[in-house]
Amino acid sequence: MKKLMLGNEAIARGAYEAGVRVVSAYPGTPSTEVSECIAKYDEVYAEWAPNEKVACEVAVGASYAGARSMVCMKHVGVNVAADPIFTAAYTGVNGGMVILAADDPGMHSSQNEQDTRFYARSAHIPMLEPADSAEAKEFTKLAFALSEEYDTPVFVRTTTRLAHSQSFVEEAPREEVPLRPYVKDVSKYTMMPSSAIGRHVAVEAREDRLAADVNGFDINREEMRGTETGIICSGVVYQYVREALPDASVLKLGIVYPLALEKARAFAKKVKRLIVVEELEPFIENQLKAHGIPCEGKSIFSKQGELSVALIREKLLGVKAEERKLDLPVRPPVMCAGCPHRGVFYILGKLKLTVSADIGCYTLGAQPPLAAVDTVLCMGASVGIAHGFEKARGREQSEHTVAVIGDSTFIHSGITGIINAVYNKSNITLIILDNSTTGMTGHQQHPATGLTLKQEPAKILDIVALCKTVGCDSVRVVDSYDLAEVEKAVKEEVARDGVSVIVAKRPCALLDRHYPPACTVEDCRKCGMCFRLGCPAIEKQADGSARINASLCVGCGLCAKVCRFGAIKEGKR
Amino acid sequence: MKANILIVGVGGQGTLLASRVLGALAEIEGSDCKLSEVHGMSQRGGSVVTHVKIAPEVMSPIVGVGDADVILAFEELEALRYINYLKKGGTVVVNTQRILPMPVITGARSYPEDILDELNGAAGKVIALDALAIAEKVGELRSVNVVMLGALAAHLGVPFEKIDAALKAAVKPKLYDINRRALECGYNAREDI
Repeated sequence: MKKLMLGNEAIARGAYEAGVRVVSAYPGTPSTEVSECIAKYDEVYAEWAPNEKVACEVAVGASYAGARSMVCMKHVGVNVAADPIFTAAYTGVNGGMVILAADDPGMHSSQNEQDTRFYARSAHIPMLEPADSAEAKEFTKLAFALSEEYDTPVFVRTTTRLAHSQSFVEEAPREEVPLRPYVKDVSKYTMMPSSAIGRHVAVEAREDRLAADVNGFDINREEMRGTETGIICSGVVYQYVREALPDASVLKLGIVYPLALEKARAFAKKVKRLIVVEELEPFIENQLKAHGIPCEGKSIFSKQGELSVALIREKLLGVKAEERKLDLPVRPPVMCAGCPHRGVFYILGKLKLTVSADIGCYTLGAQPPLAAVDTVLCMGASVGIAHGFEKARGREQSEHTVAVIGDSTFIHSGITGIINAVYNKSNITLIILDNSTTGMTGHQQHPATGLTLKQEPAKILDIVALCKTVGCDSVRVVDSYDLAEVEKAVKEEVARDGVSVIVAKRPCALLDRHYPPACTVEDCRKCGMCFRLGCPAIEKQADGSARINASLCVGCGLCAKVCRFGAIKEGKR
Repeated sequence: MKANILIVGVGGQGTLLASRVLGALAEIEGSDCKLSEVHGMSQRGGSVVTHVKIAPEVMSPIVGVGDADVILAFEELEALRYINYLKKGGTVVVNTQRILPMPVITGARSYPEDILDELNGAAGKVIALDALAIAEKVGELRSVNVVMLGALAAHLGVPFEKIDAALKAAVKPKLYDINRRALECGYNAREDI
């Protein structure tokens, strides 16, 4: 029976049908649902790892041990996992291994729009790119087969529009793939110079073989129509091309690395004008040109953002859809009403501190009116950046600087940063915003929540004890809702020498929805203090007074605490 | 059945559920269908848009500018924000509820007053209803999305039994009864202006 499935769900289904046994991942939009979907299959072991590097190593280990395995991550996660990935290309696999990497052109939920296809080329790992959910399932199965046939991990690359679109998929039963025997083989699995020299040769030989074979793969599909224009494309862009240019001939690439160069060369000869339509970098275009296949691409299309049917029509047909210019108030994402991060950022702004923040919901602390964030770079960077600020500008700087990180991000890659700060005699203050979940990606478990991806009970990482153990000079816990306590703690800790950690604790407001009644306003003096919280439930009336939208308010009482005139009252149970 | 529908609203209003009911409807109708959703950061109270395309064969999962037969808007300002996606002569089904965006909350901007006029000027037809008030009567404030879905189905001429079956397929069994009431109220609540 056909079933509507998200691209991510289809990848999970494909892995399941291919007999995958072990899946490890760290959540990251737009890849998260692959792991959540696969966790529902009892036959598959699936876990959240603390970060993508660890997750990748788990998948590599399972593959060496003879199981089919998969690791899932977003594009920036590939940077974190790059170390094991590059050398896993040398060792190759035992059981088939798939690396799911989800790119985010247009940055719907990311800090950059890097093009993961370059990792495939750089690490010499083949990469498949499906164009809809049905292909997502089939290509994932094929990836496992190719992995074993060519003795290499295989990338499946998606983009946001594939990962988060639903289309019909035909389900098939799971193929039970037996464990392959594990045989100790130092020349293959122990990468040190003497053995890696031999494996580098094997990598190149395998890549040469695959580069020749891909010309015969039917997932690289030539669709001849008119001879005026020929388009080379892959992934969801194929759908845009077909809709925008129904008469154009298309070479649809199912495998984007290595490229089917001979197939492309033959296709080029059949059309008058050859255009590569690809999102982000000229990855395909430049390789074609380097191999003497003349084509156009980035001279027509931008390297930034997403493509669309309209954009392809505009650039290639000169047809532009009429658009009215609208000047409307923007609606950026905001911290939810009752978000425990809000009060902390309010205090940081009030104290005019330099704030190095991190990746998560609390990145929203950079938005007005809180506007309390100076830097955001990558997962875990807040700690190192605060340390770097101090080493560059001295103790005077760290007296008015804090690093801010979430619990999941701290475990992901903040721990090594704090160890570095302790070791190198830093005087930084780190605030861990502990909301007991991985918030932004949709409430995934992590090592400090007490549950696994399969929702089974687990040991709970004690963040306070961990910080004490690695040698932090002061570790204290505050309630994120208690503004006075947060302010006192921050003032004391930035003044204190040594490495300080403040764990600001309060579960995410979306986790337990048994809210107290909404707050109310009486005799508002229109001072505007409460508006500085940036709470979506507090609305400014035409006369400048505050009104609390009872349908949005969750009764956290933060506004009652900042109102100097006592005009806002917490709702009474 | 053939329709390009853009569902717009504010993160948290339930555009995902609405699109999944329409997906289930396509499944029942035996049509091809693609849905495109928003997850992650954009969901946090921001402007959200979900694409629904139903046709014998669907290629791109995204509804383009000037390509939507219907805009189903859960909030007034969001209806206007995406008006360029509407086809000439297309229909806007809009909830007259207003959710103030941050620049309005902080007083940096004011909420546009003439949105329904603007919509009427741009669309072939505007169906406006106070879905929040209807949801309140139903007894579940969070059922605004399903009320709106009911109004959309009535506009599209989908028999109630069909959209009801789609709803049943898409929601958890324990939430079906209250949502069915919301669907019915929305289906019968059309108020053309």
